[in-house]
This record gives sequence, structure tokens and C-alpha cells, in this order.
Amino acid sequence: MNVTAARTGGPSPLEVELRDLHRRFGDTAAVRDLTLTIGPGEFFTFLGPSGCGKTTTLRMIAGLLLPDAGEILFDGRPVTTTPPWRRDIGMVFQNYALWPHMTVFENVGFGLVERRVPRDELRRRVDDALRLVGLEGLEHRLPSQLSGGQQQRVALARAIVVRPRLLLLDEPLSNLDARLRVQMRAELVTLQRHLGITTIYVTHDQEEALMLSTRIAVLHQGRLVQLGTPRDLYEHPADVFVADFLGGANFLPGTVRGRTGDALVVALDAGNGVATAELHASASRHTEFEAGDRVTVCVRPEALELVPDRGPAGPNLLRGRLRLVNYLGAVMSSEVELPEGRVLRVQVVRPPTDMPLVEGAPVALRVAPEAVLLLRPPASP
Amino acid sequence: MRIGIPGQAVAPAPPGVGWRAVIDPGHAVLGLLLLAILAVFVVWPIAAVLGAALVEPDGGVTLAHLARFFENPLYIESLANSLRAGAWVVAIGTVLALPLAFLVARYDFRGRTLVTTLSTLPLVLPPFVGAIALTQVFGRAGTLTLLVQDLFGIHVNLMDGLRGVIVAQALHFFPFIFLTVAAALMNVDRSLEEMGQTMGAHGWRLLRRVIFPLVLPAYAAGALLTFVKAVDDIGTPFILNVKNMLGPQAYLRITTVGRDDVDGYVICVVMVAISIACVGASNWIVARREYATLQTGARASGLPTRLVGWGAIGALSLCVLVLGASLLPHLAVIVMSFSRVWSLTYLPSAYTLGHYAEIFLRAPRFIVNTLTYSIAAALLGVVIAAATAYLLQRGRVPGKAVLDAVAMMPIALPGVVIGVGFLRVFYPMTLPGTETSLASTGAIFVLAYMVRRLPYALRASHAALHQVHGTLEDAAAVAGAPRTRAFRRVVLPLILGGVTAGGVLIFITSAVEFSTTITLVSRIEQSPLSYAIYIYSQSPLGRGAAAALGVVAIVIVAVGTYLANRLSGRSRMAFTL
Ligand SMILES: Nc1ncnc2c1ncn2[C@@H]1O[C@H](COP(=O)(O)OP(=O)(O)O)[C@@H](O)[C@H]1O
Ligand SMILES: [Mg+2]
Repeated sequence: MNVTAARTGGPSPLEVELRDLHRRFGDTAAVRDLTLTIGPGEFFTFLGPSGCGKTTTLRMIAGLLLPDAGEILFDGRPVTTTPPWRRDIGMVFQNYALWPHMTVFENVGFGLVERRVPRDELRRRVDDALRLVGLEGLEHRLPSQLSGGQQQRVALARAIVVRPRLLLLDEPLSNLDARLRVQMRAELVTLQRHLGITTIYVTHDQEEALMLSTRIAVLHQGRLVQLGTPRDLYEHPADVFVADFLGGANFLPGTVRGRTGDALVVALDAGNGVATAELHASASRHTEFEAGDRVTVCVRPEALELVPDRGPAGPNLLRGRLRLVNYLGAVMSSEVELPEGRVLRVQVVRPPTDMPLVEGAPVALRVAPEAVLLLRPPASP
Repeated sequence: MRIGIPGQAVAPAPPGVGWRAVIDPGHAVLGLLLLAILAVFVVWPIAAVLGAALVEPDGGVTLAHLARFFENPLYIESLANSLRAGAWVVAIGTVLALPLAFLVARYDFRGRTLVTTLSTLPLVLPPFVGAIALTQVFGRAGTLTLLVQDLFGIHVNLMDGLRGVIVAQALHFFPFIFLTVAAALMNVDRSLEEMGQTMGAHGWRLLRRVIFPLVLPAYAAGALLTFVKAVDDIGTPFILNVKNMLGPQAYLRITTVGRDDVDGYVICVVMVAISIACVGASNWIVARREYATLQTGARASGLPTRLVGWGAIGALSLCVLVLGASLLPHLAVIVMSFSRVWSLTYLPSAYTLGHYAEIFLRAPRFIVNTLTYSIAAALLGVVIAAATAYLLQRGRVPGKAVLDAVAMMPIALPGVVIGVGFLRVFYPMTLPGTETSLASTGAIFVLAYMVRRLPYALRASHAALHQVHGTLEDAAAVAGAPRTRAFRRVVLPLILGGVTAGGVLIFITSAVEFSTTITLVSRIEQSPLSYAIYIYSQSPLGRGAAAALGVVAIVIVAVGTYLANRLSGRSRMAFTL
């Protein structure tokens, strides 16, 4: 977890600890019960849908917003009430917040002026920062004369030029078009590894989070629902929300029947008198369930294998009808309708050649026991 | 002030939090300071007027004085005259404004922009300046009267008594209706209209069923505002020597009978009631109008139809005719300021520069006083307005609604009432160590002007600050700038233009302020030019000098308006309504 990247001088990266943070706005609890520690040099991401409290959390860490309760510690020292200008941080705002009356040079140099950096050093450091984000030659432009991507780079240069010990990024890529977003994403990760600054990133885009982060905290309605590495979260989602939010999945309700060897047997709920299908899941992975428990079975679209609808019925084999076929070259994504009417999304990398892949064709779906994920069903409202 | 989370133990709030707390101590101090200033210079004078009119010496509230008002035939006549004049001004203004508004909103023709630009001029030009020359144009021996008589053989004297006041004010105030209605018409979503058409509404029915309901609120607001302005304007009746109206009566009671005469205050209370009723109604209508402007998000307001040939000529002629009539008095003032002999002829028969010599060389103090008072009022007003706007938008203090209400209060107060209130409060006070009354110092003009125009400056500051997104300040704080530094380096440079425009607005409106001025002037040496215009215009020999001062006023206003628009870079509407 504690990434120790090669540093290019400057102060050591910061460790950030949040203890039991709470923040309300009127009747909405924007953040509640938030406790976690962000290691030095980490690229840490808060991920969640719009309105889940990401910005609120980031603003509290920046010192722009005071928590109602709880504590924030930098390297073990409480900073909860320290004003932002004494926190030694860099921040990129979602709308960039570039000062429209200042040139690019003045925008980037602002923090250095506040730190009373001598003129020639200021000049050198601003130039360095601009070079780092690829903006040489635009020093004398005003923000209004820059493209969205360029503005984003100025905001980034402004945040890093002061050599902060902590970098905060609030959905920095959300205002860019898709291509630029992918490019900036790559540059951002290179830059962060190069600088080695502890970075806290906020996004609602799971792809961004998976690609950039050392660890991700998934927030939902102001609460931390899961904390872990991208791989943890994808492979072992804590609940239906996380599984759905990260990558998407098929969800099927069922009941645990019992245990056979290393397999936990789950009977899927049947509709309309159709024979109950059975799925085997890895018992060692799901020690918390026992016979009689209600579960939600979660299967990723790419874990389902499309096989011809013949041969004997068996566990981990679901029969259905091909409903929709989207051939995308390298992958094929399709939907399969089960007899009881449920629709599963399937993503196949190498489509089988020994069967007709037309809409309406009968097919079977196979899933390996390791890919069957059992989750507690969401509390019914 | 923390909000606990039910059912959970919450750590106590950290002590000593300045920045970001619910109540910011710095903001609280600033807020209290502003409230104290406004309490002394806004609330107290008004309370003094109300108290004099409605409170018995023993402290009980009484309506007896108010009842006496309605038993006095002179007051009844004055009230009726004021209301009648206001109604006629609105009626004539409507007839002048609506066709023009429709033309400008729906059609494009050469000179269209010039029309909208020129139509804002009367809003800032003082009506009484035009009134100096009105008699010369429309009066018994006026240029137009003579022209009409020579052409058609009819003699009409438009300037006779109350009629003169109505003509002068209608010509002057109709742009209030024109501008609000034109803006509303331009805002009406064309797609709503088209929807009306597809549903079978055409022509008159379309106008009645779809357009009227959408534009009516704007018209009503503009009309009410015009009414208030007309009742408030006592300069025109004074210059035209009409005394049986509310404003002049209030002034006359206080200045001739005395500051302790209850009747003067009672008249003020009646004026305030009329004014508050109109402003309140206008605000209510505008607030209700929101539904009509909600759809403006992705407005498909079609381009205005282009007029060419006779259509364009007709449209422009109509505009020139109406605006010409409205600006004619001011043009006549310019001619008059150079005229030595102008009697029974279309144009003067002899010219002179003597009037300018009089006002610049022999009696320059009027101009000097005006500049001094207005500049001081502008500086003071800008600081107060900017600080108030900042607190209202960004402040972490309770009671913002009170501050807002008090600062906006003068918008519903007639100028005479502000003057009378200032006299009541500050006349009995003397400068420390002297016998000089506070009310006879120059500072009293500065304060009264500042109070009277504060709402306009506050609006300008609000608009300017509104454009500075809060994250710009946040970004500065994160970059290492403490609050005051962030204000100086980020907020101030960004709002300076708009705030200065508000200051210029205070300056120009104060430079031509009449109602409050006439109430406060106690010695001619202190008089600013507006009162001097009145004094000069009362004698036939002084009319030329009055006109010359009027030209100075026009120049100040024209230059100021230009500056305010340049500085703010926003639509003129924000600064005039
Ligand atoms: N200044 C505020 N006033 C009132 N409610 C707010 C404010 N800021 C955020 N909220 C509310 O708090 C919740 C979390 O907001 P936010 O942290 O901005 O979400 P996110 O950044 O994840 O989209 C939302 O329900 C939002 O409406
Ligand atoms: Mg957000």
C-alpha cells in the first residue's frame, strides 16, 4: 500500500488520517462516520456517484469546510482547524477556478508570491511547472484564451508549483472530452509517480479510479462502503452497490442450500414453475453463509461462458435464449434471457464458432465456481 | 453552532475556529458596523418621521394626525393631484412606450440600437432640468406652440398647471415602461408563441392569450415604478410652480411652518405609504413572473424580423418622434443656455456666453459643491455597498436578511422624506464645541445622497460579486493566501469594475438630486447645482444661468452613464432600474 516512489526532491509525502468525520448540510448528511488513513505517496481515490459526499470530504481535508465532528490528522498532527493557507496543499478544483484577471504565469506563480519566493526563483519554478504540464510558451495568455485541456493543465501546474505535501484533485478530468480525458489520465499518473506526492483524487468514473489509484474508497450516501485496492474492489466487492458501480454485474436472487465438498450450493429463485437452476460457489471464499441464507448471486458479464445448448444439465449451467448480439470485433457483448424472464449480460472475448449466434437461438451459459460471488441481498426498502 | 447527529456520540466542536465556522467573528464585526451605520442614517430618520406623525408626546400611537390630513381640503387636493398626475403619466407613458417596445423587440431596422441607447438617457437625466426649458418649447409662447399655431391656427398651452407637470413627467419617465416591456418581449420564448400558433391562436388572439400574459408582469412592474418616480419627483412641480401636490406640500410645511409642525410629517407618511405599496406590488409581480423566465435556459428566441424600405422608415420615424419629444426639452436647455433674447420666436434672436460666465466665474460654488458632495457620497456609498454585498453573499453571520432589508429600504423612500427625516434627526445636534447644527454642514448632503442611492450601488456590487465564483477565493486560500490577501488579490480586482460603476451611478444621480436637496438646503452658499437651478429659474433674468447649470448637469450625467456602462460591461438595465 505505501508506495515509495522515486522522489525528485522537496519535502516528504504526507500521511493523512481521517477520524470519524461528520458533516451535514441542513437535513442531508453529506459525510458520516468516515475513518481511514491515506499512506505517504499514495494515489488515493474517493469514488462514488454524484452527491455521495466526495467534494465535501475533499473540502474538509483542504480546510475549506469544517467538519461537524471528527478529526483530520496530517502525519499524526491534528489539523482539523488549521486554515487552508497553512496546510501546505495543492488543489485542482472541478471547475479549475483559474483567476480570470491573471495570466497563466500569474496564476501559477500566485502561491509562490504568497510564500515570498524571490523573483528569479519564482520565475524558474513557474517555468518548471509549466514545462512539466506541457504548457511552455503560453505564460502570457489569459485563462479565457485557453482551451479546456490547457486550463486544466494550468490548474495542475498551479497546484504542484508550491511543492505541496498533499495534492487534492476534485474530478479534474470531468470537464474534458473523452479523448483528452484518456490522455490526461495517463499524464496524471506519470506526473504523480514522478513527484511522489500523496494524492487524493475524487471521481465518479470507475474506469479512472481503477486505472489511477493505489487504493479506492467507495462512498455511497456519505458513508464509506468499501476500501481497498482496485483489484480487491473488483474481485471482492463488499455489496451489490460496489459490484454494480465498479464494472457492473448480473445479480440473481437465491438461497443457500448447503455444502458439498468445497462447493457452496445455491438455488436460484425460480419463476413461473421453471425448474430451479443450481450454482456452485467456492465455499472457502464464502465462509459467512450457511444453509437457508438468502443471497444475491453476482456474476460479472465476462465470467459467463457461452456454450451450445446441448449435453446434460448440471450445476453452473444456465439455459436461455440469445436476445441481443453486439459484435464489437475483439469482444462480443450480448444478452441472454433465462426461462423465468431474467436477462443476463454476457461478454465474450472469443465468440465460439460451433454454434449459431443469432438472436433467438437457444444457448447455455457456464460460469466457473470461483467466479460466482455471493453477496448479502440489499436490505429491502 | 453544531448540528449533532441523532443517536451518535459527537466529538465536541474544536475551539477557536475562525474561518469556515457558522459565525465568523470578522464578518460579525463588519456586519454590526454596517448595521450601526444604516441604523443611524436610514432607520433613525425614517423612524423619526413616522414617530412625529404617528406617536403622541406621551408615547401612545395615534392616527389622529393622519385623520386630520383627510379633513384638510388642500391636502386632499394635493393627494388627488399627485395620484392623478401619476396615473396620467403612466397612461401617456404606456401609449408612447408600448408601440416602441414592440417595434424594437420584434423588428430589426437601421437605428434600432441607437433607439435603445437613447431611450435610457431620460432615465438618468434629471426631469427638472428638462422642465426649465419646457415652457420655452410647449408653453404659451413656446417654439412648438408657435409652430402649431402658425401651421394649423390652434393655440394649445400644454404647460398650464398640473397638465404641464404631467406632460413633462410622461415624456421623461416613459422609458421605464419601454425598457421593461421591450426586455420582456425579447425574453418571451418564441417557441411558446409558435406553440400557441400551432394550437390555432392567431393575430389578436395570439397576442391576447399568449403574449399578454407573459409580458403583463413586466409592464405592471415598469408602470408601478413610473408611478413611484412621478410621485417622488418634486423638482418638476417646483420648476413649473405647481405647489398643490404632495411633495411640494410636505416641503412647504416643514420649511415654512417649522420642523415641529406635525402635518409635514403626516404628508411624508402618506407619500411613503404610496411608495411602499407600489414598490411592494412591483416586487411581488416580478417574483411571480419567475415562471415566465424559467424557460429561458435554452431559449430559441428567434431573430427579430428585418424591416426594409418603407417599413424601416416608418419604424424609425415613430421612434425618432417619441424619443425626440422626450429629449427635446433637454436640447432646448442647451439652446437656452446660449440665448440672450428668446421670446415669441422659434429660436432665440440673440446669443450670449454670459450665462456660462455667471455659473463658472461669478458663482462657481454651485458646481464645486455638487462635485464635492457627489464624489464624497459615491466613495462612501461604494465602500458600504461593496462591504454589504460581500457580507450578504459570502458572509457567515446570522441576520443577513435584516441587513439586506435595511440597505434596500431607501428604494421605497421618496427623496423629500429622506430629507425631512435627516432634518428631524440632525438639526437639533450641533458640531461638538460649536453652535453649528449638523444639518447645516455639507456632510449632511453627502450622507443623504449616499443613503438615497445606496440600493442602486448595492445592486451593482451584488452583480459584480455574483460573477466571482466562490471557488476562486477557495483556490487562493489553498494556494496560501489568508483571507484578506485573497480578497485583495482575487476578489477586489474582479469586482472593481462593477463596484466602481455603482459608485459612478451614485455620483451622477447625486449630482442631479433635487427632492432631498431642496429639503436640506439652509444657506445658499452650500447649495449644489440642482437647487441653484431652481433658484435661478424663478427669476426671468436667471433662466439662462439655470439652463447653463442644466447643461453642466446633462454633461455630468452623460459622461457618467458612459463610464458606468464601460466599467460594468453589463446591460444598462442593471444600473437604471
Ligand atoms: N454547500 C452545501 N449546501 C447544502 N448542501 C450541500 C452543500 N454542499 C454539498 N451539499 C449536499 O451534500 C451532499 C454531498 O455533496 P458533495 O460532497 O458535493 O457530493 P459529490 O461531490 O460526491 O457529488 C449532496 O447531497 C449535496 O446536495
Ligand atoms: Mg463533487
